[in-house]
Amino acid sequence: MNALEVEGLEKSFGGVKAVDGISFVVEEGKTVGIIGPNGAGKTTVFNLITGFYRVDRGRILFYGKNITRTQPYKLPHLGIARTFQNLRLFSNLSVFENVLSAILKKDGYNVVSSVFRTADYFMKEGKAEKKARELIEFFQLSGKENYPANNLPYGEQRRLEIARALALQPKILLVDEPGAGMNPREVQDLLQTLREVKERFSLSIVIIEHQMGLVMNISDKVVVMDFGEKIMEGTPGEVKKDKRVIEAYLGEEFI
Amino acid sequence: MELLGYIFQQCINGLQLGAVYALIALGYTMVYGVLRLINFAHGDIFMLGAFIAYYLLSRFTLPIYVVFVLTMICTALAGYIIEKVAYKPLRNAPKISLLITAVGVSLFLEYFLSLKAIFTPNYIAFPRPFEVEAFDLSLFTITNVQLIIFSITGVSLGLLYLLVYKTKQGTAMRAVSYDKEIASLMGINIDATVSLTFIVGASLAGVGGILYGIAYPQINVFMGVMPGIKSFIAAVLGGIGIIHGAVLGGFIIGLSEVFVSAFLSSTFRDGVIFVILFLVLLLKPTGIFGKRIDKV
Amino acid sequence: MNFFWEARKVILLSVLIYLSVKAIFFFGYVSQYIEQITLYALIVILASLGLNVIYGYTGQFSLGHAAFYGIGAYVSAYLTKIFSIENIFAYIPILFISGAAAGLIGYLIGIPILRLRDDFLAIATLGFGTLVRVLLDNSDKFSEVFGGSRGFVGIPRLTTFELAFIIVIFLILITHNLIYSRYGLFWRCIKNDELASASIGINTFSMKLMAFTYGCFLAGIGGALYANLYTFLHPSNFDILKSIDFLIIVIVGGMGSIAGTIYAGLIWVGFIEGLRIVLPAEVVDLRWVFIPLLLIALMMWKPYGLMTKGRN
Repeated sequence: MNALEVEGLEKSFGGVKAVDGISFVVEEGKTVGIIGPNGAGKTTVFNLITGFYRVDRGRILFYGKNITRTQPYKLPHLGIARTFQNLRLFSNLSVFENVLSAILKKDGYNVVSSVFRTADYFMKEGKAEKKARELIEFFQLSGKENYPANNLPYGEQRRLEIARALALQPKILLVDEPGAGMNPREVQDLLQTLREVKERFSLSIVIIEHQMGLVMNISDKVVVMDFGEKIMEGTPGEVKKDKRVIEAYLGEEFI
Repeated sequence: MELLGYIFQQCINGLQLGAVYALIALGYTMVYGVLRLINFAHGDIFMLGAFIAYYLLSRFTLPIYVVFVLTMICTALAGYIIEKVAYKPLRNAPKISLLITAVGVSLFLEYFLSLKAIFTPNYIAFPRPFEVEAFDLSLFTITNVQLIIFSITGVSLGLLYLLVYKTKQGTAMRAVSYDKEIASLMGINIDATVSLTFIVGASLAGVGGILYGIAYPQINVFMGVMPGIKSFIAAVLGGIGIIHGAVLGGFIIGLSEVFVSAFLSSTFRDGVIFVILFLVLLLKPTGIFGKRIDKV
Repeated sequence: MNFFWEARKVILLSVLIYLSVKAIFFFGYVSQYIEQITLYALIVILASLGLNVIYGYTGQFSLGHAAFYGIGAYVSAYLTKIFSIENIFAYIPILFISGAAAGLIGYLIGIPILRLRDDFLAIATLGFGTLVRVLLDNSDKFSEVFGGSRGFVGIPRLTTFELAFIIVIFLILITHNLIYSRYGLFWRCIKNDELASASIGINTFSMKLMAFTYGCFLAGIGGALYANLYTFLHPSNFDILKSIDFLIIVIVGGMGSIAGTIYAGLIWVGFIEGLRIVLPAEVVDLRWVFIPLLLIALMMWKPYGLMTKGRN
């Protein structure tokens, strides 16, 4: 079964057609990269999949289940996690709390347990804290647990956001331009991190990225978007050589 | 036939009240447009207008138009000072701080004027500058007071439209309300534009205060509270930040209040305004003329 | 039970405080008036704590908190008067009913308005607060006993120091446990970034509603204790000015700090009442001129709030 199927998605804002009938499939366990010039509609597609924008037309299926109209907060429970293009951490919370929040959302206790400090409360809190520390260590953020999240260097904040998303134990992770604003060295580190994530957690990944060094090296398949449409789809090798792709990025005169 | 006449009469009364609300609502909407601030003290500028006019009318014998002009100058000055002293220093602070400061200014104005040394916390009779004449138009009666209110409101609105749509300063005001940063990059003097907005809004509220005093000649330091809230709701109803929205909203609220009072009960007069508020916030928070906003 | 063991430090401290205060009262070091003010301070702290949960932790700006305080007050006043309650043990269920009434109304109002963005939420809560005030002014049309704008008289005096102290400490503990649990964490997440909270699965609307309802519940209990302390209610006690009182305490005490709310509540009540004692009769009304000025000065000096835990 396919992890994610996007069929004929369309979205307009006022008179502007941001997404004009895009379809693609993410097979289970595979990584799909989405590339395209700025304004191609990539983040809009993410927002449509994760319910932050309402779909005008089209369907989204997650392991066969129609999630087109599902509200954003219900998706993590189904197994979908995402990061944001502009980085949305809980800036005033600590690194630890950022990760813990996701874990406790997934495996928590109820109000009565909180108020009366039952055994269930202590057990779940203990487990959650242990898992949070493990994840923080995996993402090499140990030692900084109590830092406010926005005190971290930018690259580490990006890692933290991914860590928080993974704390949900998702079946699919949607990462939006994790490499934005990073220098080549940081991009390499991120590539390594994502490779380790693929290895350690069995999940599907969809990644929007501009940094070709990152997306081409991690993706099994690449989808190229321009003007809200899919202009090409294939392996990284195929995509790199495709005339339409080169044209979209560099303009006609470079052919 | 009598019912029709009664309805027409309530329309006239409602428009009279609505005119005052519209004048106040304009100040709220313009300031919100330029600064995204809910100027809680605006209702008290309206009150200040009534009190200044009362003072001028009772202490001196002046022709009524002089009273209007002097009051407008005073309230405009008050608006200018409040902006410079209380709001400008917090221009970049969190909005909550601005809101609280505005509340502080409002309370200060109310309680300061309520001190026995200044005015009084009790009701004061507003002197009628002229005799009330009623004109019987078979279906309904209209008084000279109402005619004056309509004409002065009309003139004020006309002048406002001229300012906002036909002058450079007015264009600057509209530009700043669309996007403050870009406007300043285009060379617009934000401080001057904001000051102008406050001055215009405050003078309109001052006019509203005088008209209210003439129409309902009992004034009190807290008289700005309810009309202030209602005018604000009117501005929200029409679309906060949108000038014709404030005008339409003001008239709708005025008419609603009068009609509910006339056909249901005066107890529910104020209640209906809040029902309107909740309906607006539930169905279309951006107001009648407002645009829908999609989520991020 | 675990609850009390976890809270042992607080309970111990409370017992000490209680004994000291009781001693001071017993030996007549302070007047009746001061005793009453101490009780009032407890009540204000409780209500402000409710607003702290709503605003300080969850970031929902409510300008109508006094309305829920008033609802609790009037419900308790009504029930204790018509049932002629004299016994403290009969009073306790009424206390919680009053709180529940305030909480329920908070819940019902919250459903439509908590979806609104901050300024609009402020307007809506302000509108609701004013509406409640208008209803209270006209309350004699529902039932004579409410007194409308003349005020509600003849409320049985049932609030004692013991009762208020125990209830307030108990509720502080409950609030503390909620805040230092995943619920408090989710509230803070929501305050920080609602979209990110949704992206990790938090039902932000339901969490906001929960915080709002609970905060209104606390205000309602505070109001009930107030009604049965002062035995007289007037609608003007439950207007925007009162809501601002609570807001000042929450902001000054540091949003998101329980201890801060307690200190700020004590300081604020002490200040207002202190002014009343200190200033001579002719000048006492100047309080209401200086307090807004103080408020403005406070905002200018510390636009980001005092005693904050981390940045806002």
